[in-house]
Amino acid sequence: MAEPAHAPALAVHGLRKAFGGLTATDDVSLDLRPGEIHALIGPNGAGKSTLIGQIAGWIAPDAGRVELGGEDVTALDVAARARLGLGRSFQVSSLAAPLSARRNAMIAAQARQGSSFRFLRPVAWDRGLREAADAALARVGLSPRAQVPAAELSHGERRLLEVACALALGPKALLLDEPMAGLGMEGSARLGDLLEALKAEAPILLVEHDMDAVFRLADRISVLVAGRVIASGSVEEIRGDAEVRRAYLGED
Amino acid sequence: MAETATPPQTRPETRSETRHGPAAWREPLVSLALLALLAGCAIWADAAGEPYYVNLASRIAILAMAGAGLNLALGFGGMVSFGHAAFFGLGGYAAGIAAHHAMNYEPVFAWPFVIEASDQMPAIWLAGMVMAGLAGLVFGALSLRTSGVYFIMITLAFAQMIYYFAVSWPAYGGEDGLSIYVRNSFPGLDSYDPLSFFALAFAGLLATMGITRVLMSSRFGAALSMARLNETRLATAGIRPFPIRLTAFGVSAVLTGWAGALYADLNGFVSPAMMSWHMSGELIVFCILGGVGRLAGPVAGAAAWVLLETFLGGATERWPFFLGLALLAVVLFFRGGIVGALAGKPRDG
Amino acid sequence: MTLALLIEQLLNGVQLGVMLFLAAAGLTLVFGVMGLINLAHGSLYMTGAFVCAWVAGSTGSFWLGLVAGAAAAAAAGALVEALVLRRLYDRDHLDQVLATFALILVFSEGARWIFGPQPLWLDVPAALQGAVSLPGGAAYPTYRLAIIGAGVAAAVLLWLLIARTRMGMRIRAGESDREMIGALGVNISVLYTAVFALGAGLAGFAGAMVGALQSVQVGMGEPVLILAFVVIVIGGIGSIKGALVGALLVGVVDTLGRVFLPMGFAAFLPPSEASGVGAAVASLLIYLLMAGVLVWRPKGLFPADG
Repeated sequence: MAEPAHAPALAVHGLRKAFGGLTATDDVSLDLRPGEIHALIGPNGAGKSTLIGQIAGWIAPDAGRVELGGEDVTALDVAARARLGLGRSFQVSSLAAPLSARRNAMIAAQARQGSSFRFLRPVAWDRGLREAADAALARVGLSPRAQVPAAELSHGERRLLEVACALALGPKALLLDEPMAGLGMEGSARLGDLLEALKAEAPILLVEHDMDAVFRLADRISVLVAGRVIASGSVEEIRGDAEVRRAYLGED
Repeated sequence: MAETATPPQTRPETRSETRHGPAAWREPLVSLALLALLAGCAIWADAAGEPYYVNLASRIAILAMAGAGLNLALGFGGMVSFGHAAFFGLGGYAAGIAAHHAMNYEPVFAWPFVIEASDQMPAIWLAGMVMAGLAGLVFGALSLRTSGVYFIMITLAFAQMIYYFAVSWPAYGGEDGLSIYVRNSFPGLDSYDPLSFFALAFAGLLATMGITRVLMSSRFGAALSMARLNETRLATAGIRPFPIRLTAFGVSAVLTGWAGALYADLNGFVSPAMMSWHMSGELIVFCILGGVGRLAGPVAGAAAWVLLETFLGGATERWPFFLGLALLAVVLFFRGGIVGALAGKPRDG
Repeated sequence: MTLALLIEQLLNGVQLGVMLFLAAAGLTLVFGVMGLINLAHGSLYMTGAFVCAWVAGSTGSFWLGLVAGAAAAAAAGALVEALVLRRLYDRDHLDQVLATFALILVFSEGARWIFGPQPLWLDVPAALQGAVSLPGGAAYPTYRLAIIGAGVAAAVLLWLLIARTRMGMRIRAGESDREMIGALGVNISVLYTAVFALGAGLAGFAGAMVGALQSVQVGMGEPVLILAFVVIVIGGIGSIKGALVGALLVGVVDTLGRVFLPMGFAAFLPPSEASGVGAAVASLLIYLLMAGVLVWRPKGLFPADG
C-alpha cells in the first residue's frame, strides 16, 4: 500500500499510563492515515480500553501525547477533541434511551453547527441539525427508524445508531470500539461494507474482536499485548509475524 | 441474526417531531387545565368576597413558581438540589430589605456607591433575581464538581450556610426576620388588592413555565436533557456538560429567587425560615408530587400540598404526621406524580 | 486569650466532634453499604434522646435511660428499614430524599404526640456531676469528658466490629459487591437491617448523651443531621475513617470559631458589632471548610470508592 503524503489524521506518541503498579499502556505510538482502516487488536486485558480512553480524552496519560490532524490535543478534554473532529462509538451502546434515533444524532450535529448556548429557537425547527442527523441516519440505513426511541431499537440498530452519531459529528477521524459486537454474520458484513465506504471520508481506528472482520477490512493492524504494541503492519505482515502468533493468535 | 436495518417502512412523517404517540396532546391540555383551574378559583373567590381563598391561590401560584424554578434544575437537568430554599429566601430578603429601607427613606448602601431603596416590585424582583442568580452560580460551580448524593448533601449544606448567616446577622432582624409593613407596589396596580396581587403571582408563574418550555425546546434544552440522560454521550458529541448544567442551575436559582420576592410580599414578612431546609424539602416535594420534569408538575404539587396543609390542618392538629404518611404512600406506590397520572408517561422522543 | 480557655474550648470541640462522629457513622455506613441517603437519621438521634429522657425521668436511672434510648433508636431504625427503606435501595436518590423527608414529618409529629409539646429535661447522672481540674487552672465538666470517652470507646468498638468480625467482613463485602455476598449465601436483607439498626443505635446513643447537655425537643436532630452531612462530604462518603476525621475537624473548627472569631473582630470593631459580625462569620466557617475540601478533593479526604 502506497504511503499517503498527508499528515496522519490521528497519532499518539509514547503514550504511557500506569494504575498503581500496573502499567496499562506502555510507550504506545501509532498513527491513523487518511483513507485507511487501522485495526487495533489484542487479548482481553491488553490495555485497549485504557488506550482508547486516552485517545478520546477520558483518561489523562502519565506521559506522551495525542495529536489530531497534526495538532497536539493532549491537554484538551473529551468535548474539545470531539469538536476537533474525533468521532467515537462505544463498546457498550451509550445512547439516550428515551430519545428518538434522530434526537440522538442531532445532539452530535449540534456542537459542529455552532453553540449550544442558544436558548430561544426550538431545535425542532432547526433544519441544519435535522438534515445533518438524517444524513447520518441514512448512511447507516436507519432512516425508517428515525422517530423510534433508542430504547425500542434492536441491539444491532443501536450499534448502527452509535456509528451514525459519530458520523453526525462530521468527523475527521473515527474511533470505533467493537462496533461488530453482537451483530451476527449478516449484520457485521453489512457494517463492514459501510466502514469500507466511510474510510475515504474519515479514517477509522477500529478496535475489534471479530478477527474475520479485522483481516477482511483492515489496511493496517497493530497488536497490543500487555500495554505494548508488539507488532504493527499490513495484514500479511501481521499474519506472518511469529511473535504475534505466539503471543496472541495462539491463545485466542 | 438479521437485525441491522429493518426494511424501509412507509411511516407517515406527519407526526410532531418532538412528541409522538397518543399522550402527545394530553400533557399541554393537563397543564392548561391546571392553570385555568387555579386562575378560575382565584377569580371566583374574589367575586364571592373571600379574600382568604384568593390569597391561598396566590400562595399556590408563588410556591408553584418556586417549584417550577427548581424543576428546571431537578426535573429537566437531573440536578437534585436540596438547597433551593436559599435562592427562595434570598429573593424574599431582597423584597424585605428594600421595603425596610424604603420605609425609612434611607439608601440600601451608602458605600462604596449609593443604592437607593425602591418599593417598586420590578426593581425589587430584579434585585432578588440577581442575588439568587449570583448565589446559584457560586454554589453551582462548587457543587457541580460532584454528583449524586454528594450533590444533594452539598447543596443542602450551602443553603444551611445562608440560613445560619441570616439567623446570626443582626442588621435585618436575625432569627426574628423582617416585617414588610407596607407592601411593595407595582406600577398601575393596587398591590393590596388580593386579586391584583394574584394576577402578579400568576403572571410570574406563567412566565416561569414559559421560560422553562422555551429553554427546554431549544438547543440548550437538548444539551441539558442529554446531560441528564447520558453525560458521556453529550461530551462525546463535543459539548461540555459542566457549563450547560451550571447555566441551567443559575437560571433555576433566578426563577426561584423571583418567586421568593413575591412570597415575601404576599406574607408581609421574611425570615430565615424561608431558607430552612424544610422549605428546600417542600420545593422538592412539589416537583415529585406533581411529576418530575413535567411542565405543570410543580403547579399540581404545590396545589396538592397547600390544600392538604390547609384542610388537614383544619381537621387535625397532627396534620404533619398524616401528611408524612401520605407522602410515603405516594413515593412507594404512586410513581410519576399527579401529572403522570393525568397525562400518562412523558414523551420526549 | 488564656491557655485554660483554649484547652477548654478545644475539649468542647472534640466533644462535639465525637458526637458528630456517632451521628455520621450510621449515615456513612448506610450509604456505603446500601447506597441510601437517609434524611431521617436525625429523627433517630432525637428518638434516642426522647426515650432516654423519658425512661430516666420515670425510673430515676440515667443509665437505664441511656440503654433504652440507644435500643429504641436501633429498634425504630430496624422497623423503618424493614417497612419503608428496603423498597428504596434500587430507586434513585430523589425517591429516597422524598421518602426520608416524609419520615421526618412522621417522626417529629409522632414525638410531639407521644411525649407532648414541652421539651424534656435530662439530668447529668450523679456519678458524673462536678468538674475535673485541667492544667492551666480551669475546671472542666466531668460529664463532657465522659462523653468524649464514651464516643472514643464507641469508635473503637465500631472499628473492631468492622475490621475484625464476620459481620464486619460482610459489611465490607457488601460495600464492594452486593451480588457477590448474596451469591455467597449471606442473607442480605438481614444484614441490611442489622447495619441500619447499628447506625440508628449509634445515633440514638449520641442523642441520649447530648440530651443531658441541652433540652430534649422535637427538631433537635436536624442541625446534627446537617452537620453530619458536612462531616461526610469532608471525610468522603462511605468511609468510617473519613467520618471520624471529618467530625473532629468540624467539631473543633466550629467551636473555636464561635468563641474566638468574635474576640478577634473585637480587636478592630466596636464590641457591639464585633459579637454580631463574629458570630455571623463563625457560622460560615465549617461550610467554607467544606467548600475548600471540595475544591481540593471533590470526593472528600478519604474517598471510599476509587
